[in-house]
Amino acid sequence: MNDMTDATRLSAADFKSDYKPIWCPGCGDYTVLGSLTKALAQLGRPPHEVAVVSGIGCSSRIPAYTTCYGFHGVHGRALAAGTGLKAARPELTVVVTGGDGDGYSIGGNHFMHACRRNLDLTYLVMDNHVYGMTKGQASPTTEPDWDNKLSPGGTGLRSFHPLVIALAAGANFVARAFSGDPNGTADLVAQAIRHPGFSFVEILSPCVTFRPEQRGWKDVVHRAAVPETDDPARAARRIMTDDGFNLGVLYAGKRAPYARTPAASASLAQIEQAFAV
Amino acid sequence: MTRARFGGGGARPAPRSLNELMGQALTMEREAVARYTELADMMETHNNLDVAALFRKMAGYEQLHVEQILADMGWAADVVVPRQSGVWGTPESPEVVPIEDMHYLMHPWHALQAALSAEQRAEAFFAEMAGTAADEAVRQAAEEMRREEAEHVALVLEWLAKVPQPDSDWSVDPDPPRHMD
Repeated sequence: MNDMTDATRLSAADFKSDYKPIWCPGCGDYTVLGSLTKALAQLGRPPHEVAVVSGIGCSSRIPAYTTCYGFHGVHGRALAAGTGLKAARPELTVVVTGGDGDGYSIGGNHFMHACRRNLDLTYLVMDNHVYGMTKGQASPTTEPDWDNKLSPGGTGLRSFHPLVIALAAGANFVARAFSGDPNGTADLVAQAIRHPGFSFVEILSPCVTFRPEQRGWKDVVHRAAVPETDDPARAARRIMTDDGFNLGVLYAGKRAPYARTPAASASLAQIEQAFAV
Repeated sequence: MTRARFGGGGARPAPRSLNELMGQALTMEREAVARYTELADMMETHNNLDVAALFRKMAGYEQLHVEQILADMGWAADVVVPRQSGVWGTPESPEVVPIEDMHYLMHPWHALQAALSAEQRAEAFFAEMAGTAADEAVRQAAEEMRREEAEHVALVLEWLAKVPQPDSDWSVDPDPPRHMD
């Protein structure tokens, strides 16, 4: 504890804005916000060097609750905005946030291609297996037999498996966290941000209003029993065969992140001349 | 309203110095202040003002603890304690009330139950620290902290005795947010 007197370091409070969250009491997103701010404090990058980008949904409110630069974008386009920002301002730490509906349904295509491009940004998805903001419709990760008034008897549709998709599409870091484990989640988020390339963290975050049974997740989550791997085949087998409640780093790859192409070697006039007919 | 067991419950490392113990204590109290404040804000947003006031009061008590630790140790108010993984053996620091235990219709009785559990966890934490500390100064400080937490436990129990236990249908909302007919 030699550095107890070092008051120049950042605390989680430095990353929380004065805006009060309006999530439902008991919502997992509160603690994800806490984990994100703890992780940023741990990394020691001041708020003005970090941008938090989101789409639409309950969890996408997060940028306003931080003191970082924020962009609350359009539905499903958080990764598109985050990608553009990172490409234009590579010196910024870019954290893209959202929910399962925003990221896997409306934004599903962006998700796959963000993994493929492998820009050095971090994507946190607060997955509650439901569209909470619009009153409880089934989302891509909803279980096929989830019975409710809007899909009586369940949708019968196979659940989307975001971690497998991320791995197959080229994400360089794949992890699963749980909002009920805020300190563990903070460590995973910090690790994800540090890891080069596209880092994807799926955070199980209960919706206590439309999926109250998810309060029981705390009794079934467990830490990954095996060490992280950089072997995609091994990671794929692990992710495909786990129970969906396995927490930790499931894949940490070594693929080089996207790098900007060198500056143009020809002038505009030379390029125009090449196109002249 | 019980604490999630995920994340440990196993043996915690004993602090090696007074600084380390009090750093942990400061972190715990600060996190308790932050959480109680967060819960008070949450309940105000959802117009549960009785519970909001109670959480605000708890935040005030925990803040007194923070100030006492800073004064005792001669630390500045903005001193930063490096975060250590695995210190608590629980998902959050022991004195933090879990967000997942919140409900927008909860009564002061529920809030006090949650606070009681948090204070009991804090007392147990310092009892464990006092029991495992190798250094006598650390042991004495941990024991002092344990006594203070025990006083908080007694205080919350006194409050609880004055608050009626809600009926079993306390969470029934005639105009629920999930009503979809």
